[in-house]
Amino acid sequence: MKNSKLSEGEVRHIAKLANLTLTEKEVKKFQNQLNETLAYIEVLSELNTDTVEPTSQVTGLKNVVKEDLVKSSISQKEALSGGKSKHDDYFKVKAVIEK
Amino acid sequence: MNLNELTVIEAIRGLKERKFSTLELVKDCLERIKKLDSKIKAFVTVCEKEALEEVRGIGDDVPSGIRPLLGIPFAIKDNFCTEGIKTTASSKVLENYFPVYDATVVKRLKSAGAVIIGKTNMDAWAHGSSTETSDFFTTKNPWDFTRLPGGSSGGSAAAIAADMAVGAIGSETAGSIRQPAAWCGVVGLKPTYGRVSRYGVIAMASSTDSPGSLTKSVEDAALILNILAGKDESDATTSSKPVLDYLRGIRGSRGIRGIRIGVPKEYFVKGIKEEVKTKTLEAIEVFKNLGAKIREISLLEPKYSVAVYTILQRSEVSSNLARYDGIRYGNERSYFGDEAKKRIVMGTYTLSAGYYDQYYLKAQKVRTLICQDFEEAFKKVDLIIGPTSPSTALPIGASKDSVMFGELQDILVEPSALAGLPAINLCSGFSKEILPTGVQIIGPHFSEELILKVGYAYEQTTEWHKRKPKL
Repeated sequence: MKNSKLSEGEVRHIAKLANLTLTEKEVKKFQNQLNETLAYIEVLSELNTDTVEPTSQVTGLKNVVKEDLVKSSISQKEALSGGKSKHDDYFKVKAVIEK
Repeated sequence: MNLNELTVIEAIRGLKERKFSTLELVKDCLERIKKLDSKIKAFVTVCEKEALEEVRGIGDDVPSGIRPLLGIPFAIKDNFCTEGIKTTASSKVLENYFPVYDATVVKRLKSAGAVIIGKTNMDAWAHGSSTETSDFFTTKNPWDFTRLPGGSSGGSAAAIAADMAVGAIGSETAGSIRQPAAWCGVVGLKPTYGRVSRYGVIAMASSTDSPGSLTKSVEDAALILNILAGKDESDATTSSKPVLDYLRGIRGSRGIRGIRIGVPKEYFVKGIKEEVKTKTLEAIEVFKNLGAKIREISLLEPKYSVAVYTILQRSEVSSNLARYDGIRYGNERSYFGDEAKKRIVMGTYTLSAGYYDQYYLKAQKVRTLICQDFEEAFKKVDLIIGPTSPSTALPIGASKDSVMFGELQDILVEPSALAGLPAINLCSGFSKEILPTGVQIIGPHFSEELILKVGYAYEQTTEWHKRKPKL
């Protein structure tokens, strides 16, 4: 885990992936704080995990399945009740694909 | 005595014996909130209208049978969805979110007859251990208003310590029930991962999120667990293991003689407050006198858990908070506070191509070592005891000084949280400044009954839990 230092460019790139808009000030602040955090977690390299299986579920549950039954759900009106921008019975969103 | 000071068990008894009415009980809590909450700020929302309406519906009925909590006033952490009642997770993104359904925990409480009197403040999205990273305001510790209540369930812990509610619900991902319980001097029970449903709890780190209770007594914690525990079709991680009658379990207990309790020497970390250490040792002495067999054990250094938790929590947060787009409900992503943004960025990085093996996978492997470490320990002892938090309540502003504040505060609770183990915080006494100290008892998966029994035996002997802040 050595030498994992985040550059400002990387912080901007990650923020873009996470759909966050950061100010210049935030980019600088987060870069410092994230590097501090990355430095802290380097402690894990002290432990040898070559033959260790990763944890997937802590209480030992595996392949939890249930029958795929159609059940009543919330109404369309309820589902739409929290949206700010609506058109008839739809959520209205900004165009994703330009003309 | 004002009715709001009662425990859940005492309130039930009083209602059954018709010593007072549901209306009087609920009103005493609401009045206490009116009197104190402008100073303590434990509540994001007080549901006076809804609660009084609920009380009218209850009429003269008293707790019994399938409604054991009929009329008992509860405060619920604001990350539990409550139908028609604003649910914010103390974040500006959800400042006007009104869920159209109840979380399973809420549904179960309501079916048992509980009356919700308010939604409590927390670190925004539960990211923190101070309740001062709430996007709205900082909750104050009822023992000293210049200090933090801990977090993230700080509002619920403060509401119980200040007698603004009779029972309270919180959630813990790694410390968020136990640590505020320790700082506020109340009982905090974090059940085994999957013992209580996460359905309808605003997700933080899904692989450790565990709903639980903050109460004035161990008996209350046992009764509430009776109601909350069990398989839920809406949460595939809930266990189908049978739910015991925990309350009967502790009451019928013939003491704790012969129970083996391990004391991990690594949990007396460097920098631990001397009084916390002394009080923990005193608590251990109490258990010894009750007949428990105490022995020193050794566990992995908690610092590894802090690193594992930091990676897993950030990763799971980045995934869980990706859903907030402001389209279906809530505000758009620019409303995220500093802490949430920072964690999303970090988690997106640790999960990103090229870094996944180095961080996330490595963390899940070390997590296996942590789980195995506990499994080995539980071959030698039945339970583990240690301090809950290395300090007593810190001054307001303390979380602002350190990027890793929450993690270092929670150093003694993160290992057991990562392993999904159940644990309880008990008040172990008070410091010279009259701040509560906390001791925790950790057990193997699904050992809630034993933990509660031991906690109950402690409470019967010490009675620290009866001490109240002067308000």
